[in-house]
Amino acid sequence: MKWGVVRFPGSLDDNDALHALRDVLGQDASLLWHKDEDLNGAQCVVLPGGFSYGDYLRCGAIARFSPIMKSVARFAAEGGLVIGICNGFQILCEAHLLPGALTRNRSLSFICDSVTVRVDHTGTPFTRAARAGEILKLPIKHGEGCYVAPEQELRQMEERGQVLLRYVDANGAETDAANPNGSMRSIAGVANDRFNVFGLMPHPEHAVEKMLGGDDGLKIFQSIIESV
Amino acid sequence: MQVKVFVTPRKGILDPQGRAVEQSLKSLGFKDVTGVHLGRYIIVEVDAKSKAAASDAVKKMCDQLLANPLIEDYRFEVDDG
Repeated sequence: MKWGVVRFPGSLDDNDALHALRDVLGQDASLLWHKDEDLNGAQCVVLPGGFSYGDYLRCGAIARFSPIMKSVARFAAEGGLVIGICNGFQILCEAHLLPGALTRNRSLSFICDSVTVRVDHTGTPFTRAARAGEILKLPIKHGEGCYVAPEQELRQMEERGQVLLRYVDANGAETDAANPNGSMRSIAGVANDRFNVFGLMPHPEHAVEKMLGGDDGLKIFQSIIESV
Repeated sequence: MQVKVFVTPRKGILDPQGRAVEQSLKSLGFKDVTGVHLGRYIIVEVDAKSKAAASDAVKKMCDQLLANPLIEDYRFEVDDG
């Protein structure tokens, strides 16, 4: 399967995403430059973590206007698969490809930690390789990961099953202590209402090898591979 | 023409920065402080024919980029002086 990993000025995790896809999963993955418009035949586009355009104004606010994002928006409108990780999630929200917004962590601190998230819906291209209720251990590293959306929107998202990942404790319970950044309803990852665009704050691309602390992130990429 | 744009966190949205500053003011002895909200102050220079035209343009700028209506409110003042 063909993947395109976008590199914005400031992207940090593009190489890790390429490593996960190429070296661990044997996929045909290539870099896409933010100034280009060609998606190079990608069947899934990855917006990686890190920063973009200095994240001036708000995280992801400027990246949204890059040439590649015009193509990504068109691709998503045609049903193409797009996954945004961390800064990529912020960009997708700013581009209105996903509902909601990501704001400063409740603690005001940058958090670099390992968290547990629960997979709440498995019938999607991003979660189908996981069991319902499965708990994944994934790393997070962000300063602006507090997910916010209007109450009515949250209700609709939950009814449609768009909240795919939530921060939970080791037993799978949503608790305040297990919510690292203050996200509403402990939301760690959401899909759009067509389920072809997905954003998450945890980093599946950093969790693809047992030797490096765990490989639960593979579930996300394997889901996408299975669905194509 | 100069337009002063004020962007502030939307009411009801968690504003941890505002709260941190509020706590600090209280610890300095400003016990009467009942709320602090931190936002952005943006100065936009526009070449517009009238105040109304500048207003229209800046409103669009706010809606499309300068503020995120999900989490922020904005207001602006057009200064033609």
